[in-house]
Amino acid sequence: MTRYSDLVQEHFERPRNVGEIPNPDAEAVVSNPACGDTMHLYLRIEGDRIVEAKFKTMGCPAAIAASSVTTEMLIGRRIEEALAITRAEVSAALGGLSPQKVHCSVLSEDAIKAALRRYRPRQTEG
Amino acid sequence: MRQVYLDHNATTPVLPEVLEVMLRYCRDDFGNPSSVHRYGRRARVAVDEARDAVAALLGAPAASIVFCSGGTEANNTILQGVAAALKDKGRHLVTSQIEHPAVLDTCAYLETQGYRVTYVPVNADGIVEPEAVAEALTEETILVSIMHANNEVGTIQPLAEIARLVRERGILLHTDAVQTFGKIPTRVDELGVDFLTFSGHKLYAPKGVGGWYARPGTPLRPLIYGGHQERGRRSGTENVAAIAALGKACELAARDMAREAARQLQLRQALEHGLRERIPAVRIQGEAAPRLPNTTNVAFAGVEGETLLMSLDLQGVAVSTGSACSSGSLEPSHVLKAMGVPAEFLHGALRFSLGRSTTREEIEYVLAILPGIVERARALSPAATP
Ligand SMILES: Cc1ncc(COP(=O)(O)O)c(C=O)c1O
Ligand code: FES
Repeated sequence: MTRYSDLVQEHFERPRNVGEIPNPDAEAVVSNPACGDTMHLYLRIEGDRIVEAKFKTMGCPAAIAASSVTTEMLIGRRIEEALAITRAEVSAALGGLSPQKVHCSVLSEDAIKAALRRYRPRQTEG
Repeated sequence: MRQVYLDHNATTPVLPEVLEVMLRYCRDDFGNPSSVHRYGRRARVAVDEARDAVAALLGAPAASIVFCSGGTEANNTILQGVAAALKDKGRHLVTSQIEHPAVLDTCAYLETQGYRVTYVPVNADGIVEPEAVAEALTEETILVSIMHANNEVGTIQPLAEIARLVRERGILLHTDAVQTFGKIPTRVDELGVDFLTFSGHKLYAPKGVGGWYARPGTPLRPLIYGGHQERGRRSGTENVAAIAALGKACELAARDMAREAARQLQLRQALEHGLRERIPAVRIQGEAAPRLPNTTNVAFAGVEGETLLMSLDLQGVAVSTGSACSSGSLEPSHVLKAMGVPAEFLHGALRFSLGRSTTREEIEYVLAILPGIVERARALSPAATP
């Protein structure tokens, strides 16, 4: 089996922000056709800031850990800052992923971009 | 923490009696079997006795057994060696889609060298149908290679029937018996094969030793040239300690085979039954087919096998998602794909392979922790995509 860093193992054992957000401001479901892994990302946004992020992922331990660390990275960020997150940063936040496992962090980057590109602020009553 | 090893198809521990033999030929009787003095003669006797023990398990003459570095080298030697020896007779080989990479990758290499290879499919139970092999044979076919039992799902192939169809055409038949040797009977005349591959580390001998059987008179060009050991069929100073250990392991396997097979089968059935009872959406691969008594491949819908493997590992249980060599690869197992396992199960398979050390308590431990592990993984999974 591929070696995992302590951080991957830690996030895998205790993933943060697992779950769904009812009526999310933004969300996306992305999957990797090669391995079949799927991530569903939910975001709550206030103004231009992400205030809540949750996920559900079917995937390998690296994909679960990447989803978990991604939600931590997202919370508190402004939308442009979130859009700038790369797979390399996700991987670095996990202490690095082996070459075979790099694609598992791609899922996170794709989910962020897919969710936020589709995001349109709600009309506030006025 | 409790340690439970359920990955005996990947490798087995060296048994204490086997290790003793090994140490003796490392430390005391360390001679080179080619030497004429007493050190050499003692080593020669050890190699000869080991050959007899292997031959007994195969029901074959001792002179038909050649030792080498293991199953991979034996498969390479037979496929490449027959191909080279018979290249003027024909350049077509037939194998199956569920072979070990040591066969499949050698075939892929032969394809780059001007040979043609047909990869016969399997049915949904993971069995190579003899008629499908017969249909693949041509005037050009020189060798058929069909494994005895599959390492990932444990299905036992109908070799005797395949042999009848292949040999009536005058074509040679090889079987990779790495997963059956020492577990169930492997008498070459009952299987009807011309070549057979075996490996030490699946039957409680060390890694890095194994060999092949070649029916007397069959053509085979060596892969390795040198000092004429193994009567020129495989050069290189014999790995005496490992070969002697393998001989001892064969004796123990022959002594305990029937009892261990029955005992492990019972435990495996308890495991399968318990998983079915406690976990919804479970699929046992090749369930209807004859299978190795120690092996079961169980898939859990909607989860990823590696996630289950890692959760089990964190609780002391060692299993595999397929073959040890393919783990870490993205693609689902080529064996499960060939069997047409439905998509929702394809990524969520675990292989449990029991062994001599496996106890009922260990099976019960797995049955106690695995339902929670699957449940957690399923709770993490997104609901079916809208
Ligand atoms: C069916 C099969 N063939 C060949 C091999 C390779 O044998 P070895 O590890 O001795 O090279 C294995 C196991 O690793 C196997 O399961
Ligand atoms: S193996 Fe595909 S996401 Fe990890």
